[in-house]
Amino acid sequence: MARLAKWLRLAALIGGAAFVAVPSIPAVAGVDLPKLEKGKGEKCVEETQFMRRNHMDLLKHHRDETMRKGIRTTKHSLKKCVECHASETTGSVAASKEDFCAACHSYAAVKLDCWDCHATKPGKNPLPQMGQGGQVGQTSPLMASTQNGGSK
Amino acid sequence: MAQQLCINQGECHTGKFIALLSLGGLVTLGALFAFFTLEHHGHILTGMNNQIVWGLPHVFAVFLIVAASGALNVASIGSVFGKQVYKSRAPLSGMLALALLSGGLAVLVLDLGRPDRLIVAMTHYNFKSIFAWNMIFYNGFFAIVGLYLITLMDHNLKAWTKPIGFLAFFWRLSLTTATGSIFGFLVARAGYNSALFAPMFVIMSFAYGLAIFLVVQTTMYSWNGLTLDLAIRRRMKRLLAVFVGASLYFTIVFHLTNMYFAKQWEFERFILVDGGIYTTLFWVGQVFIGGIAPLGLLFVKRAPGEHAISFTVLAALLVVVGGICQMYVTIVGGQVFPLKMFPGHEVQSTFFDGVVNTYNPSIYEWLLAMGGISIAFLLTAFAVRVFKFMPQDDFSAMQMRRSTD
Amino acid sequence: MSEQFKQEGGENSDRRAFLKTGALVTGAALAPGVLLYGVAHSRAPEEGASSKVRWGMLIDTTKCGDGCNDCVTACNTENGLSGKTGPQDSQWIRKVDIKDLRTGYVQSLPMMCQHCENPPCVDVCPTGASMKRADGIVLVDRHTCIGCRYCMMACPYKARSFVHEPLTEQNPDVPRGKGCVESCTFCVQRVDRGEQPACVEACEANGHKAMIFGDTMDSESEISKALKSADSIEVRADLALNTGVRYQGI
Repeated sequence: MARLAKWLRLAALIGGAAFVAVPSIPAVAGVDLPKLEKGKGEKCVEETQFMRRNHMDLLKHHRDETMRKGIRTTKHSLKKCVECHASETTGSVAASKEDFCAACHSYAAVKLDCWDCHATKPGKNPLPQMGQGGQVGQTSPLMASTQNGGSK
Repeated sequence: MAQQLCINQGECHTGKFIALLSLGGLVTLGALFAFFTLEHHGHILTGMNNQIVWGLPHVFAVFLIVAASGALNVASIGSVFGKQVYKSRAPLSGMLALALLSGGLAVLVLDLGRPDRLIVAMTHYNFKSIFAWNMIFYNGFFAIVGLYLITLMDHNLKAWTKPIGFLAFFWRLSLTTATGSIFGFLVARAGYNSALFAPMFVIMSFAYGLAIFLVVQTTMYSWNGLTLDLAIRRRMKRLLAVFVGASLYFTIVFHLTNMYFAKQWEFERFILVDGGIYTTLFWVGQVFIGGIAPLGLLFVKRAPGEHAISFTVLAALLVVVGGICQMYVTIVGGQVFPLKMFPGHEVQSTFFDGVVNTYNPSIYEWLLAMGGISIAFLLTAFAVRVFKFMPQDDFSAMQMRRSTD
Repeated sequence: MSEQFKQEGGENSDRRAFLKTGALVTGAALAPGVLLYGVAHSRAPEEGASSKVRWGMLIDTTKCGDGCNDCVTACNTENGLSGKTGPQDSQWIRKVDIKDLRTGYVQSLPMMCQHCENPPCVDVCPTGASMKRADGIVLVDRHTCIGCRYCMMACPYKARSFVHEPLTEQNPDVPRGKGCVESCTFCVQRVDRGEQPACVEACEANGHKAMIFGDTMDSESEISKALKSADSIEVRADLALNTGVRYQGI
């Protein structure tokens, strides 16, 4: 029994030490910060610092809004992130270790499972946004009916 | 340390114990290997497909889960119905229940398409889903039976044994009802969609659980060079016979009902007559090996002696084999039979409509399935060694009781 | 207002009662129906799917081409499916050939997720990943799908597929991946843009015009008019699921 207690104490000590050490690991290791490729366009939809801390929450919120409620705003959509941040060389946000998402996430050692399902590259011909798609749907009965409604 | 930890044995066979652990560990490692391989490559490596979505892992998992709740029955007879013989077996029964449930659940989880999202399953509940209810029942089962074991083992908490024993009894009935209803609630398929699944699974759990209990108990006694008291042996033997008989009864009622409904004729013909392997597994496995043969063994009249016990154990083993056959017929057989979308029509498509599907489990499914058994085995072997699970019969008290009865 | 496919407590008897008085109601329903329709389609991106819409499909099996597979091909292209038909490959829509055993009458029809009002897949899903959108489209939320496949056991139409291997190069509009269950989405990405599902478009393009898609709550829509003018059935009507997809000619 005494031996068991000794092991437990040792385990607790190691656990405690790890807990204290974790926040300081990057500083200790001295790893260079990832160099991120600049995205397309003037600036991001939010402040860079804000995005660094909160992009996951924005994405998660947006994913549920789109998926469950069918809200299709583009400001915080993953698809739009990919369109701006896909690498010039690989055309992707996560194909190589230097690509936008992969670079930071491998640095921070946070595993992503977005790309199990989502495309890491923008579509070949980005589709028109909703509201501008009149041309596409003009011949369809859906749109025809809308126009009927309008003329009434 | 190891010497101090062997409690149930007269003498410690540490070598044998390590050998058993290694064997169980090896099989468990096999299951982990299968799990990581599937996690990497996907279920493409299994024999499961879009028609047979639940295969061999589910057969063993559901069997273990059903048997788990049944194994607790021995404790319930003691605590809820106050039978002394069973009371002294309550700790072993509770422990076995937890071990079997762990094995079964492990297989279910390891077979998920996204096992990494197990936390989602624990945090997002759709309360209309009987599957979600099952998860609550499984988790609750661990908590309640765990508490129950503590009250059994700590003399200060003895007063709590009965109320918690009651709770555990009702919980296990709910759990098996829910497990049966996983199939009973499937409205679309001919093989399921019956309220009978709930009580049938409860009865079958009695039989499977008791059978496993008897095998484990006999093994423990024989390792210690002890023999089980004849009266106790007879009692448990008769109880197993009652449960096996009741399982057969439910099986008969289930199929008779189906045979009365014209829309179910084709399914019944498939299972009972021309379903190939499924027909064989039903008649030979479920009915004969799991029903008629053990009944014969249990009722055979013979002089009390060395053989009687091995006959009971043999019967119990047959019940286990028959139980796995039953699960295979229920789970896989129910899926291979084509879904009827257009009654009275011959149907053909690229998606195997109207076709009796085939299922060939791959090595990975076998590894996962065996892993469930090995996990239950490892936990049992370990628990039996480090805790006091050997039934302690107070024979003088039993004699008294018998004479007053 | 059209109650033909009403979302809550849609009993068959209600529908029948409605059909009897259909002509009378139509006149009154015209204006609000059209209005709703307008709202649904000129809907701004920040507006979600509305319960005032119920998307549905009407399939006329007499027009469906025997041996024609255009709807399937269009679906595969739009949604990035491989088009392979092995037992472990995904098929969101498939052509089913049926032959009446008594009369020998042969027909061909497309079968896919029927977008039930009371979907068994949604009922059985333990995590709520299987879900029905306000406008009646049944979807799988892959973020919470754990890949247990219970929905596949429950679906009366075998409409669902499980992704058996890792995928790459998905269509950005149609995320899909290993370990999750998936099925026809009515091409929700197109519908939200005011377009038709790919299968319907393909069927129209090849001249068969066997599939009509639209809002069944709008009495002025083509589908509502078609539904009103001829008898149609739902497959496995005995289950009372009130499917969004209905068939004529079976």
